[in-house]
Amino acid sequence: MSESRVNDFVLKIGTVNGTGSASANGLLLKAMFRMGIPVTGKNLFPSNIQGLPTWYGIRVNHKGYMARSKRVDIMVALNAQTYQKDMDNVSPGGFLIYDSTWPRERQLSRTDITILGAPLAKLCNENFSDARVRILMKNIAYVGVLAALLNLDTTILRALIEETFASKPKLVESNLKAINLGFNYAKDNFTCPLPVHAETMGDNSKHIMIDGNSAAGLGCVYAGATVGAWYPITPSTGLMDAFKAYCKMFRVDKETGTKNYVIIQAEDELAAAGTVLGANWVGARAFTPTSGPGISLMSEFIGFAYYTEIPAVFFNVQRVGPSTGMPTRTQQCDIMLCAYASHGDTQHPMLLPADPYECFEMAVSAFDLAERLQTPVFVLSDLDIGMNDWMIPELKWDDTYQPDRGKVLNSDDVDKLEKFYRYLDVDGDGIAARTLPGENAKGAYFVRGSGHNKHGMYTESSNEYKDLVDRLLVKWETARTLVPKPILIKARKETPIGIIAFGSSHGAVIEALDDLREKGIEADYMRVRAFPFNGEVTRFVEQHETIFVVEQNRDAQLRSLLILETNTDARKLVPVLHYSGMPIPTSCVVDGICEHLCAKDVA
Amino acid sequence: MSFIKKPKINNIPGQLQNEIGLLKRDYEGVLSTLCAGCGHDSITAAIVQAFWELSIPPEKVIKLSGIGCSSKTPAYFLSGAHGFNSVHGRMPSVAIGAHSGNRDLVCIGVSGDGDSLSIGFGQFGHAVRRNLNMLYIIENNGVYGLTKGQFSAAADKGSKSKKGDVNQWKNIDAVSTAISMGSSFVARSFSGDREQLITLIKAGIMHPGCAILDVVSPCVTFNNHAGSTKSYTYTRDHYHPASQTDFITPASEIKVSYAEGTSTVVELHDGSKLLLKKASSGYDATDRSRVMRYLEQQRAQGEVVTGLLYINAELPDMHRIYRTSETPMKDLEYEKLNPGSEALAKLQARMR
Repeated sequence: MSESRVNDFVLKIGTVNGTGSASANGLLLKAMFRMGIPVTGKNLFPSNIQGLPTWYGIRVNHKGYMARSKRVDIMVALNAQTYQKDMDNVSPGGFLIYDSTWPRERQLSRTDITILGAPLAKLCNENFSDARVRILMKNIAYVGVLAALLNLDTTILRALIEETFASKPKLVESNLKAINLGFNYAKDNFTCPLPVHAETMGDNSKHIMIDGNSAAGLGCVYAGATVGAWYPITPSTGLMDAFKAYCKMFRVDKETGTKNYVIIQAEDELAAAGTVLGANWVGARAFTPTSGPGISLMSEFIGFAYYTEIPAVFFNVQRVGPSTGMPTRTQQCDIMLCAYASHGDTQHPMLLPADPYECFEMAVSAFDLAERLQTPVFVLSDLDIGMNDWMIPELKWDDTYQPDRGKVLNSDDVDKLEKFYRYLDVDGDGIAARTLPGENAKGAYFVRGSGHNKHGMYTESSNEYKDLVDRLLVKWETARTLVPKPILIKARKETPIGIIAFGSSHGAVIEALDDLREKGIEADYMRVRAFPFNGEVTRFVEQHETIFVVEQNRDAQLRSLLILETNTDARKLVPVLHYSGMPIPTSCVVDGICEHLCAKDVA
Repeated sequence: MSFIKKPKINNIPGQLQNEIGLLKRDYEGVLSTLCAGCGHDSITAAIVQAFWELSIPPEKVIKLSGIGCSSKTPAYFLSGAHGFNSVHGRMPSVAIGAHSGNRDLVCIGVSGDGDSLSIGFGQFGHAVRRNLNMLYIIENNGVYGLTKGQFSAAADKGSKSKKGDVNQWKNIDAVSTAISMGSSFVARSFSGDREQLITLIKAGIMHPGCAILDVVSPCVTFNNHAGSTKSYTYTRDHYHPASQTDFITPASEIKVSYAEGTSTVVELHDGSKLLLKKASSGYDATDRSRVMRYLEQQRAQGEVVTGLLYINAELPDMHRIYRTSETPMKDLEYEKLNPGSEALAKLQARMR
């Protein structure tokens, strides 16, 4: 009945949040990672602290596909509340594992799947005395059951537990005991392994498992950021948590215990933005991580920074909007908001990472760009990238890297000038030199959000106003040449069909390209990595007859931006949209493209 | 034209140099465009005098503000200092960022009652809470001048507007609010009392924490009529100094002698001293609960109590609490900030 699926399956675990299942799920993920199999782990969790259903999905795929798959080959259903739904979600031929401590005969109603009961609670109650430990160990016990069913390498599991609890040997013992309870029960009662299982394959030693928020936080440390200001908001919080953790690791003076960083948990997002501006103004690299609602609140300062030309880095880990929306679900819904954030004529460079690897890289580039361009720069990640566990190539660091601090005149430079003018474009690239407070009275200038001229003086003169804002357009053209270029994946033969996507939609498109090829559809794929779009994006749009724009929002925001900024014929750009709050699955891309092409054929 | 350059005249006979060889004009800014007679201009003059007397190099100072008449004034003093005219009510957060980036800067923020007690009430509170090392002046006229005379949250209940409206709402008092929030330095003055103002500005600059200085500063255009409680006449009539302060730099010895039992000496971190003379009997600016009680009593009588009203020089400032490096963030070498490729490799070993 069940087809054999080796290293190509989806395992989903349904538990109750706040019971410690995260570490159990991490164990499973890492065990398969160490077996050399490409894996990704995605959390589906409620906006709640304890007691509500939560799921963790692990996709195991020997080809390395990272996108969410809608299928469920093995479901571990440990939450009575969602048991029926969890069972319904299992793909035909799949397996359902449940805790058989309590009978559930009435509900076991599917004949096209295999249902396996293991008395996890009973086993743990018999073997552990403490109530809290019993709950925790129940999670570890299902790891044991799965280890037997999925053919996981038990030596690796043991090593992982020993590493995790290196400082608490007692916990090693109890965790191993729980693993064995589950493992032995499965061996004794089920046919192990299942037709769906894992097998040791390649070598993952040049890869790591990391989430995008951690990678971005680490990137800020490597970029030399010294001031981080923020207000807690899901799903961006992990970014500042990571920055703090890595700063504690790398930035505390060993002799004095003093900190080479400042983290300000602000009273709100408005203050976080103000703090970032203040710090950058005096010459410290400063950033804030936030999510959509935070950007709304920061918008006044964003426009201020654009007009007064203060560098600043804003990470927007996007979540489902509008308003509070669904804070623990993912979307790419703030691309329009960030591109033109604030009142008046404003536009901002945006970097669009597709995975944690790029979160790290682009965190560093964001500071370089912000200081080079003296303007706010956005890094648009999302909940899927930021909070889920990704397998990526190991991060590299070039020790010859030096930060680009942009045009900053020091005290000696200022002394050589006859007079210093803050907003005078000497080089013709739209960027004027700045000075830093505290250095030279001759270089002092006055930052003001009110009208100012190229000399930095207050103005209400129409010509002086226009002169300044027109220069900002020159700077925008400079930005176009500096932001990361798009990445083009050519089809195997000439094709009039193009696909454009960005960020976390990448994984689904990559897999869809292969699926489409099997259906006889060839497409060129361009992954946009930044705004403003550079010439390559415009050319790609010009060179294809039909371009599918794949993105995770309702209103086709990237498509709108492309129409606005490339002067293309809007009819050429076909939206392929996914905005349920779950990460975009490959099938959405394939179906969206096929439907459009079929409809065209019929017509 | 709202920006007028002030002519600088060199070599005026008798112009004094301060300890670092600067003249008073070196502490001035561009010409004020505020209304003639505006209390704010008197405060600007006092700021110029205080910085000159303290011999602080202008380039070591940052001057910040929000939005409103008061917030225009940083352009009128210390042209050699970098200035930051931010957005409405948000000056404190910019100051926090600036001071996080460079803790060596002397920071002065100028705000108004509209800027700090309404739109910026939250940020005002959090600057106090963090004890950010800055002088935070609230130029308080009880009115929104630039938008032509609406009451601010500082306007007293029963006060009359120029158009004849009577304010129905209780006022927010910056002084008692700051003290109740745990401020380390709270003072009130009057733009018309130059001597007291200069002393309090100097004390506030040297205080190693967030010094809140609320200055009653009458608006000659919209709030200087009969029935207003923020007019020159009303303030002069109800003016009540609770303490007299002398500021003494570390170099000078205490010469002023007060009767025993009527003065307190507060020593600041750099060795300078504040000598507090108790104008009212039993007033002790270091006893928070008694200060609160006293202010409440005087307020009920409609008195404008001035002077250094509360001080706790021992309260650690933001950087001391945080244990920030003595070297300003912006001066830390990149080599010190970047962990390098080896550390990255080692770190990633744990991610497998």
